[in-house]
Amino acid sequence: MKLGISLSLIAVLFLTIAMLVRAGWERPPMESTQQGYRGLGMVEIDNPRTQAARAALNQLPDVVPAVPAGGPAATSVYKNVQVLNDLGVGEFTRLMVAMTAWVSPQEGCNYCHNPSDLAADTPAKVVARRMLQMTRHVNADWKTHVADTGVTCYTCHRGQPVPSNVWYTQAPQGGAFAGNRAGQNAPAKAVGFTSLPLDPFSHFLANGDEIRVQSAAALPAGRGNSIQSTEATYGLMVHISQSLGANCTFCHNTRSFFDWDSSTPQRATAWHGIRMVRDLNANYLEPLAGKFPDGRTGPLGDAPKLNCATCHQGEHKPLLGASMLKDYPVLAAVGKLAVAAPTPEPVLIGETVIIFFALDSVALHDAAPRTLEILVVKLKANPKARATISGYHSATGDAAHNRELAKNRALAVQGALKAAGIAENRVVLEKPVVEQANVAGEDPKARRVEVVVK
Amino acid sequence: MAEYQNIFTRVQVRAPAHAGVPLEGGTWVRQGTPWFSYWLGKIGDAQIGPIYLGWTGVASLIFGFIAFEIIGLNMWASVNWDPVQFVRQLPWLALEPPSPEYGLSIPPLNEGGWWLMAGFFLTTSILLWWLRMYRRARAFGMGTHVAWAFASAIWLYLVLGFIRPLLMGSWSEAVPFGIFPHLDWTAAFSIRYGNLFYNPFHMLSIAFLYGSALLFAMHGGTILAVSRFGGEREIEQVVDRGTAAERAALFWRWTMGFNATMESVHRWAWWFAVLCPLAGGIGILLTGTVVDNWYLWAVKHGVAPSYPEVFPAVADPATMTGGAK
Repeated sequence: MKLGISLSLIAVLFLTIAMLVRAGWERPPMESTQQGYRGLGMVEIDNPRTQAARAALNQLPDVVPAVPAGGPAATSVYKNVQVLNDLGVGEFTRLMVAMTAWVSPQEGCNYCHNPSDLAADTPAKVVARRMLQMTRHVNADWKTHVADTGVTCYTCHRGQPVPSNVWYTQAPQGGAFAGNRAGQNAPAKAVGFTSLPLDPFSHFLANGDEIRVQSAAALPAGRGNSIQSTEATYGLMVHISQSLGANCTFCHNTRSFFDWDSSTPQRATAWHGIRMVRDLNANYLEPLAGKFPDGRTGPLGDAPKLNCATCHQGEHKPLLGASMLKDYPVLAAVGKLAVAAPTPEPVLIGETVIIFFALDSVALHDAAPRTLEILVVKLKANPKARATISGYHSATGDAAHNRELAKNRALAVQGALKAAGIAENRVVLEKPVVEQANVAGEDPKARRVEVVVK
Repeated sequence: MAEYQNIFTRVQVRAPAHAGVPLEGGTWVRQGTPWFSYWLGKIGDAQIGPIYLGWTGVASLIFGFIAFEIIGLNMWASVNWDPVQFVRQLPWLALEPPSPEYGLSIPPLNEGGWWLMAGFFLTTSILLWWLRMYRRARAFGMGTHVAWAFASAIWLYLVLGFIRPLLMGSWSEAVPFGIFPHLDWTAAFSIRYGNLFYNPFHMLSIAFLYGSALLFAMHGGTILAVSRFGGEREIEQVVDRGTAAERAALFWRWTMGFNATMESVHRWAWWFAVLCPLAGGIGILLTGTVVDNWYLWAVKHGVAPSYPEVFPAVADPATMTGGAK
C-alpha cells in the first residue's frame, strides 16, 4: 500500500515533467501585440527567441543574374518546349538554372532531364511542366490570396525535390468488429496533436466540403450541422493555425467565429487561400496521379497534394513575406493553355436569361437573339413590364477594364432587345453590387449578362 | 491537543478499529478486517474498512466494470491490440457515439453500437451507485443530502449523454468516451452552438463552480484558523456557540460585514455545489433544442456588447462572388 502510493506519486511527477518538455511546448515569456479593439484578446503572440532561427530558415536563395533581353526564342533553340514557349533563350536558360537551385540542387538538371536527350519527357519533367503552369496560374489568377508577392517553385520546395509539407489520402484505421476510430482520436501532427479528425484535407482541400458549421440565426430551424462536422472544421482550423504560426485571433474574433463583421482582413485572404488550394489540388495535382516518379505517391496511389503548410511552413506569410517573383516575372505570365475553354450557349434559368461571352469580348453569342425572344414575347404581351440587365466579368485581368467590359456586355444585350423592337426606356441597366462573378481565374460562366423581366 | 495548522494532519489518533454502529434489517454485513494506513492517516482517517457493498454496490460494480471493459477494449482494438501504443496513445483514444446518419436507431456495433452499450451499462452502474448512497444514508438514519448532490451531477451526465440527444433526435450529439476526445468535443460543442459563454445557464454554472471553490476556501480557512479554539467541532458549535464560532463570525463581520453561521455555511456550500451541474444541465439542454447560436441570441437580447470597428470592413467573400463555392 505504502509503496503503491509512493510509486503513483512518482509516476504523476514524471508524467507532468514529460508533458512540460514535450515537443511543441515553448517556454514563456511571449511577445503579444494588440491587433483589435482593446480588451478583446485580439492579439498576436510571437516567441522572440525563435525569430533568429526562423529568419535563417526563410532565407532567400541567391538571385540568378538577369540576362539581356532579346536573342532567339527558346522554341527555336530547344525542342519540346510546351509551357515556356513565350521566352527568349536567355530568360529560359536563366529560369532553368534557378529551378535547379530551388528544386533539385543536389540532383542537378538530371533530376528531371535525360542527359542524353534534354527534350525527352521523363516522369519528373512531366510533373515539373505542370507545376510551372500551376505557378503561373497562381500568380496570375489568385492575386486575391498571393497578392503581388506571388509564388515561385522555391516557396514550397525550399531546395527539396518533394516539398516537406504535402499530404496523401490515408487508408482508414481500426478493426472491423471493434475499435473504430471514426477518422480521429490519434495524435496527428496535421491537427496539432489534438484528438480532432485527422484528415481535414480530403474533405475540405480536395472535395470542397462545406466548412461553415455555425448557424446564422439565434434559434434553430431544422436539423443543423453535427458536432462531428464541427470537429472536422475545427481540425482544419487547427491545421491553418499551425501552418501559419498564428492564433485563432489572426483571422477571427473568437467570441463569434462565423461573424465576418468582427473578423480581421486576413480571414478574407484565408478564404481565398482555401479556394486556391482546392483549385490547385483538383486541377493540377490530382490529375497527375500515376505520372509521378516512383515512390512519390501515397499509400492509396494518389498524388501528393497541397495544404496551407506547403507554402506557409509555419509563417503568417511564406518566406516572411519576401517576393521572389519580382526577380522572375515570367512566372506570372498567363499560360496560353488557360484560355481556350469554349463559351457556353445562352440559357434560361427560371425567369432569367443568361448570355455568356468569350474572353475579353462584348460580341453576342449567335444564339442570343433566339433565347432573348422568350423575353421579347413577354415584354410585348405586357406593356408595363421592364427588362433588367446586369453585366458581369471574370476575375482575371485589370479591374477597371473589366468593369467597363461588364457594362459594355450589358449594353450589347440592350442593343439586341432594341433590335427586337423593345423601346430603350423599357430596358433598365442595373449595376450589380459586385460585377466580378468568380473568385479567381477564367471561368466562362463568370463572363455573362443576366436579363430578367419584371 | 491535535493541531490543524498544516496541510496535513499532524497528529493521528489511533484507537482499536471501529466496526461501526449495528446494522438494522439488512441481509448484508460489513466486510473485511479493518487495518490502518499511516499515509492515508495524513489526509484522513487512518482506519481502512470494513466496507459495505450490498446488492446495489455489487451490481453497480459489475455494470461499471462491463462499461469500463467495453470502452477500454475498444480503445485497445483501435491500436490493433498493441499494448505499447495503447499506453502511449491512451489520452487520445476514444469510443465514439454513432455518426449523425443513424439518428436514434441502433447502429452496428462498430459504428456506435459499442458506445450505446457502454452508455447503458455506465448509466445503470451510476444509478445503482446513487441508490446505494441513498439507502446507506437511510440505513444510518442520516439525511440524504449527499445522494441529492450526486443526483445533480447525474442530471448533467444524463442531459449530455441521453436526454439532449433524445430531444435532438440523434445519438451523434452525445459525448464520446475518451480523455482528449471529450475535451475536444466540449470545445466543438461550444463552437457549433455559437459560443457557450453567452448561454446564461452556463454563466450561472460557472458562477456556482467558482463560488463553490471560494466558499470552500473561506470555510476551510476559517475552521482551520479557529481550530486552536476548538473550531473543528463545528456541529457542536452550531447550537452551542463557543469562542471559536464567535471569533470566526466576528472575523467575517469585520472583513465583509456579514457572516454565515456554523450551520448555514454548509447550506451555502451544498447549494452552490448542487446548483453548478443543475444550472449547467439546463444550459446544455437548451442548446440546439431551443437556441442554435448563443452569440446571436445574446446580441438579440442585448447581452453581447458591440465594440468599435478597428479593422477595415471585412465582407464575406462567399456573398460577393456569385456562383463561387
